[in-house]
Amino acid sequence: MHHKNRSYFTEDHEIFRKSVRTFVEKELLPHQKEWEEKKFVPKEIFKKLGDQGFLGINYPAEYGGSGCDLWYKVVFAEEMTHARMNGFAMDVFVQTDITSPVIEKLGTPEQKKEILEPAIKGEKILALGVTEPSGGSDVARIRTTAKKVGNEYVINGSKTFITNGSRADYIVLAVRTGGSITDKETFKNAYQGLSFILFPTKTEDGKTRPGFSVGRKLLKMGNDSSDTAELSFSDCKVPAKYLLGEENKGFYYIMQNFQGERLITAVMSVASSRQLWNDAVAYLNERQAFGRRLADFQVWQHRFAQWAAEIEAAQELTYRAVDLYNRKIPCVKEITMAKLITTELVNKLAYDCVQAHGGYGYMAEYDVSRIFRDVRLLTIGAGASEIMREIIVKETGLMR
Amino acid sequence: MNIAVLIKQVPDTETKIKIKPDQSGIEEGDIKFIVNPYDEFAIEEAIKTKEKIPGATTFVVSIGPERAGEAIRTALAMGIDKGIHIVNNEPALDSYLTAKVLHGVLKERNISVIFSGKQAIDFDHGQLTQMLADMLDWPCVMITESFQLKEDKSGAKLVRRLGGGAKEIYEIAFPFLVGCEKGLNTPRYASLPGIMKAKTKPVEKLLVSNYLEGQSAFVSYKNYELPPERMAGKKLEGEPQIQAQSLVKLLREESKVI
Ligand SMILES: Cc1cc2nc3c(=O)[nH]c(=O)nc-3n(C[C@H](O)[C@H](O)[C@H](O)COP(=O)(O)OP(=O)(O)OC[C@H]3O[C@@H](n4cnc5c(N)ncnc54)[C@H](O)[C@@H]3O)c2cc1C
Repeated sequence: MHHKNRSYFTEDHEIFRKSVRTFVEKELLPHQKEWEEKKFVPKEIFKKLGDQGFLGINYPAEYGGSGCDLWYKVVFAEEMTHARMNGFAMDVFVQTDITSPVIEKLGTPEQKKEILEPAIKGEKILALGVTEPSGGSDVARIRTTAKKVGNEYVINGSKTFITNGSRADYIVLAVRTGGSITDKETFKNAYQGLSFILFPTKTEDGKTRPGFSVGRKLLKMGNDSSDTAELSFSDCKVPAKYLLGEENKGFYYIMQNFQGERLITAVMSVASSRQLWNDAVAYLNERQAFGRRLADFQVWQHRFAQWAAEIEAAQELTYRAVDLYNRKIPCVKEITMAKLITTELVNKLAYDCVQAHGGYGYMAEYDVSRIFRDVRLLTIGAGASEIMREIIVKETGLMR
Repeated sequence: MNIAVLIKQVPDTETKIKIKPDQSGIEEGDIKFIVNPYDEFAIEEAIKTKEKIPGATTFVVSIGPERAGEAIRTALAMGIDKGIHIVNNEPALDSYLTAKVLHGVLKERNISVIFSGKQAIDFDHGQLTQMLADMLDWPCVMITESFQLKEDKSGAKLVRRLGGGAKEIYEIAFPFLVGCEKGLNTPRYASLPGIMKAKTKPVEKLLVSNYLEGQSAFVSYKNYELPPERMAGKKLEGEPQIQAQSLVKLLREESKVI
């Protein structure tokens, strides 16, 4: 273990780090080129991750988890970066940090047995369905409806940009069970009419649920190894037992759920920043121009010294948020700030790293060109930077 | 049946080694330590063997400072049952003294087979296993690339690699020692549940000083130096004939080898 990390990580965290690193080097990195090119990662890899215990890091043993603290998740997120597949890493974090936590928190024992347990084993894949074609930031205005008819919900509407969407077994689906976004009377309280449904994409006989369909494959700027889909629901019925938590409390659940997602986004952004920095510095030390190494030019030395300092600052802010969240101390402000600072940082840094690589930085075969495209998502997904600043405005009480 | 594995904690192969200013050793501050890679094959083979023998117990033994505890816990996380940490606070052990201490610790433990790496990648001596074999008066097969337990579990069939693609095949009855080579198996990585379970596995702590029996090392380390930096290469340009001519010229005049 690096002695400077001792205040955050114990020897066991470091043993875990090596285990994840070896897994990543042997099971993921060798396939990186192929999976990025084919824009597809085989489903079996989830099972392999599950076998190593990576998908149930802090869940109770009862459901197959390891009951570890949050720092193990930080280790996992940091090491996953070495697979150099931000897209696939996102698929995995949708499973571990964006969908399963809310099931663990609010699910009934039956729901956990059916969904959480196989998700931890990597046998079932989960997705989060919040964003709709008409908007993602403004969660309160969700249009997809679920009407209770007898002992079922009948769902109508559509979702877009859904990670793991085309092959998810269950979608943690945000739906409108009350309120309205058209009726002026009820609109004011639109956010009070949202619910989460643990939508099973297949019926019990393993067939696609009638009324549910996955639309075209979405072509993206980056994150090629990630599965991103458009979903539609037309008079699609699910048994009422799949309601998660209480009806009409969905807005609060969604907001709470964002915390873990934003925190892990910050951790990954810092890890990506370190990787970009290391790659670029290695290149600067190799590449010659005007009879010198690029690293001999003071302009590059200063620029990357500055980035090193900013990465360190972003890292500390993130670790502080992790520490608070780990100790269950309210930290919406810290997590929001970490998400904002780290995702903006990694994008600005990526710009400079492409610049340092010159023309090669623009070539698809260089990692830096792909990572430059991949990290662009980070200031948009999991709550855009503008939304982070909105939250910070409230949290700091700056409007008096 | 007891199966032992000898492991050593060594600097990570990716670590840049720095020498202390007084040249008495290497700077440990920034070094990441790992389980000697060849020892991982030994750990894996021990676990695989144990899985085939009901009631068998595996344990790892490591001599080293406090930090070596991490290597032991890594082995426990992979699936070894117990650990013995022989704490060494006087760093200067040579291979002979290391074998001596291990002999003292292991001779009375009713062991059937001892797995080790074929060498440790820090000093690359590659002689400890053989010395220990001599002290125990047991057979020993080095550079083993295949290990097959016999049907009746009284011993094993081993394949040892020789140069030029030749192989030696041994059939030996327990007890004996095995020096493991790359390719013997694919070491498993510690799973998270494995790491959590390892926390409750017993690690016995002993002191090197209690096993020295008044002996001292044959080898002493005077000082450490980094090997000289490799000089930059030269690229010869032009037609093949011109290149050949300039090569001959360089070999004659600069390096004076012909
Ligand atoms: C690759 C990818 C994967 C995704 N995966 C998922 C997923 O798995 N599940 C899921 O539910 N969603 C997912 N999303 C959706 C993502 O969360 C949304 O794109 C995001 O929330 C932004 O919503 P939007 O795209 O509708 O943009 P809009 O909400 O339309 O925003 C457009 C712009 O306006 C700004 N803006 C919005 N409101 C304000 C305001 N109040 N003040 C100032 N500026 C504002 C935004 O910051 C943004 O810059 C994914 C998106 C992508 C690209």
